[in-house]
Amino acid sequence: MKLIEDEVRYVAGLANLRLSDDEVHRMSHDLGQILTHMDQLNELDTRNVEPMTQVLFEADEIATLREDVPHTPLGNHDALTNAPASGSGYFKVPKVVER
Amino acid sequence: MSAPAEIASLTISAIREGLANKRFSAVEVARAALDFAEKENPATNAYLTFSPERALAAAERVDRALAKGEHAGTLAGVPMAIKDVIVTKGLRTTCGSRILEHYVPPYDATVVTRLEEEGAVILGKANCDEFAMGSSNENSAFGPVRNPRALDRVPGGSSGGSAAAVAQGTAVVSLGSDTGGSIRQPAGFCGVVGVTPTYGRVSRYGLAAFASSLDHIGPFARNVEDAATVLGVIAGRDDLDATSAFAPVDDYRALMQHPVRGMKLGLPKEYFAELNAETGDVIHAAVKQLEKQGAEIREITLPHTKYALSCYYIIATAEASSNLARYDGVRYTSRNNGGTLSEMYRDTRGAGFGAEVKRRIMLGTYVLSAGYYDAYYRKAQQVRALIARDFGEAFAAVDAIVAPVSPFPAFKIGEKLDDPLAMYLSDVYTLTGDLAGVPCMSVPCGASAEGLPIGLQIFAKHFDEAAMFRVASNYERASS
Repeated sequence: MKLIEDEVRYVAGLANLRLSDDEVHRMSHDLGQILTHMDQLNELDTRNVEPMTQVLFEADEIATLREDVPHTPLGNHDALTNAPASGSGYFKVPKVVER
Repeated sequence: MSAPAEIASLTISAIREGLANKRFSAVEVARAALDFAEKENPATNAYLTFSPERALAAAERVDRALAKGEHAGTLAGVPMAIKDVIVTKGLRTTCGSRILEHYVPPYDATVVTRLEEEGAVILGKANCDEFAMGSSNENSAFGPVRNPRALDRVPGGSSGGSAAAVAQGTAVVSLGSDTGGSIRQPAGFCGVVGVTPTYGRVSRYGLAAFASSLDHIGPFARNVEDAATVLGVIAGRDDLDATSAFAPVDDYRALMQHPVRGMKLGLPKEYFAELNAETGDVIHAAVKQLEKQGAEIREITLPHTKYALSCYYIIATAEASSNLARYDGVRYTSRNNGGTLSEMYRDTRGAGFGAEVKRRIMLGTYVLSAGYYDAYYRKAQQVRALIARDFGEAFAAVDAIVAPVSPFPAFKIGEKLDDPLAMYLSDVYTLTGDLAGVPCMSVPCGASAEGLPIGLQIFAKHFDEAAMFRVASNYERASS
């Protein structure tokens, strides 16, 4: 199986990844090779197998609910310390909506 | 008092004893450990960042507690390295990625809090494959780690720095993370003990998420007892991680003393199919040793083992594609300015992620995309159920399973870098444990003719880490 380069570009768009032409070329080869290997799963008849959506959790359904007691959160200043751009207590991004 | 000369071979119990006898202080140990680590690190590149102020402050707290006659903690004065995917407040945490090169977390991971509450001295952050994706540590944006046992070889990955630091003696113990073998494989390659606990046994709060249904945090150590001690400190329910388990934490150090006599150990035939002959001989000799000690060896089958690789790389990459969406140029230090918001996302991620991380994001996005979800992702979840069932059926008949960690010992730096599938195959025997969520570990069991370490893998039932440590400890006592 080979992933054509247009498919690679489409998936890169979905993943919000900028890829160079070289990367697209390489990715088409690598992903094709890996996906071919993955096709081996079709050897298995899984019609009656429930998908494993949870690894392991043996407790009551409400076990993870905690007492609703107030505590000090991280705080606006700390939350913004790693922001590449911030102002007025917010993360700043390029303008999204045109006037 | 004076700094211990044997800094590279200290154990937790030796430190405990030295502090109690006033042979040295915690600050003396910390200073000596930092000096030694900073001097030796260029040979391996195991550490990315040192934290001398934090280490000395922790050591001073230990010395003050001891001077007042108070309990200084289970890990009092123990020098440690923490894999750089685990966040440390005020201490740079890169995840081995260019995109987080300048990220300084505003909080500590729960495991870090627990270690420091018990007196541990964090020397610094350990190198790793970018976002824990890799089997050789060659995917770190800050250069590969060299295997201290053979400097032209990889230490394994993704927790290569954590394994190398313990093997090199620049940390007494360390923490790593394991999603598909990232603790056990480097432990095997570097000749140290590495433990992947049961899924949910250790809180992941503060672990940069790679694949949430597969991620585990666990310890590295130079002996089984130290690994058991560290796990005892970090294990247990944490309200900050809803997936952490309520099951009580056993006294691993006490339970591992029980003889192995009478235990039934399974030998899965599928784990010997594609094995390098030398590795096979060493593993068989270790199994013979356990049999001599009174364990009953039974051949068992884990029939879906060969599907683990495909299953794993579908589920892990699918989860990664979603977990890594957060590195988008808005919150985490790096931003490459395109014109629009959407261009900013793409440029930041395109410039910040390395080749393997991009490959996995692409693969994960592909298998989750419209039209492929059922064929790949749902199918893989079904196969995962079959792999978990294999273990369940095997554990109806045996107490633990013993197998090789990897099909071959440490390979040369660069050897597999251009062939992603060949690289993935080096994890072929470790992926299953993460998929099934069972506890598993690597314990050194010999070496190849070239002197490269080989690891014995031990699997146990969910939450029965004690059985796994018991096998490992008995083996270690008989073979050392």
